[in-house]
Amino acid sequence: MSVKEYRTVNAAKGGLLTVTDVPDVSFGDRVQIRNARGERRNGEVIRAARGSALIQVFEGTDDLDLESTWIRFLDQPLEITLSPDILGRIFNGIGDPKDGRPALVSNLKRNVRSSAFNPSARSYPREFIQTGISTIDGLNSLVRGQKLPIFSASGLPHNKLAAQIVRQAKLPDESTSFSIVFAAMGVSYSDARFFQEDFASSGVLGNVVMFINLADDPPVERLALPRVALTAAEYLAFDLDRHVLVVMTDMTNYAEALREVATAKGDVPSRKGYPGYLYSDLAEIYERSGRIKDRHGSITLVPVVSMPSDDITHPIPDLSGYITEGQIVLSRDLHNQGIYPPVHISPSLSRLMKDGIGKDYTRADHPQVSNQLYALYARAQETRNLASIIGAEELSSQDRRFLEFADAFDRRFVGQGEDEDRSIIETLNLSWELLSMFPPDVLTRVSESDISKYHRSAEG
Amino acid sequence: MNSSRNGIVEEINGPIVTIRLPGIRNGEQVRIGELGLFGEVIALQGDEAIVQAYEATDGVRPGEPVVGLGWPLSVELGPGLMGHIFDGVQRPLEEIFRQSGDHIPRGVDVPSLDRSASWHFQPRDDMEIGAQLVSGSLLGSVQETQTILHKILLQPDLQGELLELAPEGDYTLEQTIGRVRSADGRIHKLHLFQRWPVRKPRPYVRRDHGVEPLITGQRILDTFFPLLKGGKGAVPGPFGAGKTVVQQQVARWSNADIVIFVGCGERGNELVDILETFPQLDDPYTGRKLMERTLLVANTSNMPVVAREASIYAGMTVAEYYRDMGYDVVMLADSTSRWAEAMREVAARLGQMPVEEGYPAYLASRLAAVYERAGRVETAECGKGSVTLIGAVSPPGGDFSEPVTSHTKEIIHTFWALAKELADARHYPAVDWVDSFSDHVPTAAGWWAQEVDAGWERRRGEALALLARDAELSRIVNLVGPEALSDSQRWALVGAALIKEGVLQQNALDDTDSFCSPEKQFELLDLMLTIYEKGAELIEVGVPVQELSDLPTLVKSRRCKSIYASEEIEKLREFKEEMVQEFHQIRLEYAKFKEHAR
Repeated sequence: MSVKEYRTVNAAKGGLLTVTDVPDVSFGDRVQIRNARGERRNGEVIRAARGSALIQVFEGTDDLDLESTWIRFLDQPLEITLSPDILGRIFNGIGDPKDGRPALVSNLKRNVRSSAFNPSARSYPREFIQTGISTIDGLNSLVRGQKLPIFSASGLPHNKLAAQIVRQAKLPDESTSFSIVFAAMGVSYSDARFFQEDFASSGVLGNVVMFINLADDPPVERLALPRVALTAAEYLAFDLDRHVLVVMTDMTNYAEALREVATAKGDVPSRKGYPGYLYSDLAEIYERSGRIKDRHGSITLVPVVSMPSDDITHPIPDLSGYITEGQIVLSRDLHNQGIYPPVHISPSLSRLMKDGIGKDYTRADHPQVSNQLYALYARAQETRNLASIIGAEELSSQDRRFLEFADAFDRRFVGQGEDEDRSIIETLNLSWELLSMFPPDVLTRVSESDISKYHRSAEG
Repeated sequence: MNSSRNGIVEEINGPIVTIRLPGIRNGEQVRIGELGLFGEVIALQGDEAIVQAYEATDGVRPGEPVVGLGWPLSVELGPGLMGHIFDGVQRPLEEIFRQSGDHIPRGVDVPSLDRSASWHFQPRDDMEIGAQLVSGSLLGSVQETQTILHKILLQPDLQGELLELAPEGDYTLEQTIGRVRSADGRIHKLHLFQRWPVRKPRPYVRRDHGVEPLITGQRILDTFFPLLKGGKGAVPGPFGAGKTVVQQQVARWSNADIVIFVGCGERGNELVDILETFPQLDDPYTGRKLMERTLLVANTSNMPVVAREASIYAGMTVAEYYRDMGYDVVMLADSTSRWAEAMREVAARLGQMPVEEGYPAYLASRLAAVYERAGRVETAECGKGSVTLIGAVSPPGGDFSEPVTSHTKEIIHTFWALAKELADARHYPAVDWVDSFSDHVPTAAGWWAQEVDAGWERRRGEALALLARDAELSRIVNLVGPEALSDSQRWALVGAALIKEGVLQQNALDDTDSFCSPEKQFELLDLMLTIYEKGAELIEVGVPVQELSDLPTLVKSRRCKSIYASEEIEKLREFKEEMVQEFHQIRLEYAKFKEHAR
């Protein structure tokens, strides 16, 4: 480590410092910054040229001046210290303790920017995770190693849902629970506290690592945070063989921080001022989930993405949707009707569901039941639209049955208690209760043998 | 040409590295820094050159050495390609996994094709020493996989007199299998493999027009929006609309000889899905394993962005190489939007003036140039071969007016537009019959008339007309309710629903329905239209629509697609006959009933 410090800053703006007359430094290296009062900040080289460098300061550049700011190049990339003791601890965005306890002592340090997984090393995720939530388990199943975001919006209970998933997630036949990595970017103090208390009251706290950057912490630190958190997750999964569930909230705050820094750097903006590399940048984060051949552990990622102005085509949810393996979409409409969790099933999707459900994982009728519920609900939505125009009285008896189905579906299937942990079998049985509102010949997507087995009319 | 030259790194800005290396050429390959990262020169400025690095540049320091390799980005073409997975610059990922573990280490230098493997070379029997060879001359062949006979061709940039050709036997790639003297008197050694720069289209004798459709086994594609072998198609759709499934179905079931799947900036797990399932799946045409005719190029979304730009070119060059052997090749590029975004990212870092949505001005010409490499051609000595290019497009927010989709639309012949509304209702494949189009219908009609049924073009038109009428009537229903419609109009809705559920919707996960032969496609279409027509006749004479739409056999007709396999055409015809009989019976009964009432 070099001990030499430089006082040759010639520009400071928007979280970035330009230094000149320095020796050649490596791209991506860590930097320590000291101001006149001796306070330390951390940074990273984001452009390296002969004799000069551009530095991104995690704590921001407020209060720095050009004369008395000292720069020291650490000659190493951003790394975090890892040991099994990270469980139960709270860190900030660059991996320094935030819980008032001493820093970890360990020889194991890892660069937070890992190179990409070799696609040949991956193993396809197939194991069904039971979250106890019917709309997820029954219709948009989560599997181990999947990345499945919650698309939400301000005022919707995404935090409650994420916390419920954390409490309830397990494999149907296993009692071993997940290790949790919780990454909070730009969240409010009360949200962070909600999670902390929820983890504490459900007794999982000893199994959780938290990385927290609050709304009033520097935005630049948010850029490092998901990478730091995922480095910890990779360590837990692939070194310690644990199944890790990573909850990240809120990716929108992350992307906004990225835009802030990109603008300061002078990057050419593309949509809504976000830099052209937003997609690649998000992918670097999301794609660190998954399974690896011949490794026991796995990383399952549930990021919360809030849709600015409820707009699913906004660049952040839009690009996320192109990278993640599906999405769980929350609806303000359902929320206003008092339905929890307000999961809007039509735009929700799990791409990996097809390989993780059915005979060997849940129950043989699961794929068809899910398909049938979707088809009926789509038809019921059309009927609802029609009813809102011509009035429910004008509908045919068959159409009225669809309306009744839609209401029962929203209330009984979508709606469930915050502490209600439904097994997949309970969810499927509930599905058949709802399907039984229709005569068998309407149910064209389930097999005749399943109808005779599960349909109410068959029970006589 | 291979004289390597040395220079130094000046500046690092993400994947863009400025180097000082006088005399280097544009497009030349370089290795950067102590790690030896691979990169490519994209601009020259005095003694300095701008390099885009295919690998992450963390840890590279100004002043580190740079070596110019003397050649442009090239791929190795020879036996050992099929069944394997390569990254965007053709590094063999399985071999790298064996050598280096879970992550791809930077600067790793493994030859694309296995140098230790030996191949059984069978020289062409009519080849005589002293023969004058032209570029692309056929020298012999190697059985690459059980399915693919790999033809060994003289490389396109070489011609001359054959001095020597090795006898039948086993050779490794680096062993000499012959010598050729070119016109300038120089003697060139021949090997079982050759190199070709990816950005330069491989030459051919002449272009030919497409004559037969690519059969994908997907009804909405083959029957409604056909694509010819050698054609250019695009699959645009918002996320979740099922682009990937459509592409994988084409990769799985199309009647091409070779399938090249380029995963360009997409999910890692999707490639793993192919890697794990294709070796188990049977090719419906040869009965062999699908993986034997498939090659994967993977630049997943988290892999370095510059190699993403290269991956499409690398895939295309391999496709052209097999085309030159006289094969029909399908190349699937998922997704061209990520490719265009990679281009945008590099352009932005170079400070080039952005035009639409930040894309550089050359977006349209680059897109057109790539699609134009598709086509059906006459090869030197292997007859006709083709490359069909199908590009997925991922428009932001599902907006088809964005630059990549709109420029692509101008270039391609077949447009399979995916709609979010259909996907949300779980209507798969979610190909929208209103927005999609195909310029190939007249040519395809000739093939269908000859191979399947002369009525194909007429039936297809009738089905589309019925669907258009359905859209119109549905608008009325949405405004005033179904009661406002006449019986014949309501029957049209039932008829359109039959087409949608019985023909257009196809379940990729259902073993029987996943692939549908052209004969079965036509029979299903004919069945639904016949039911509609016969029913319309009954309604004409006064049979109430309720009586027809409640028929239990109508439910069965929607399930025919998954009841009868592609080989059971006869049973499907019998079922149609039964339906016709049933309708006839209703007519008789109704006539009797009316008689009675009178």
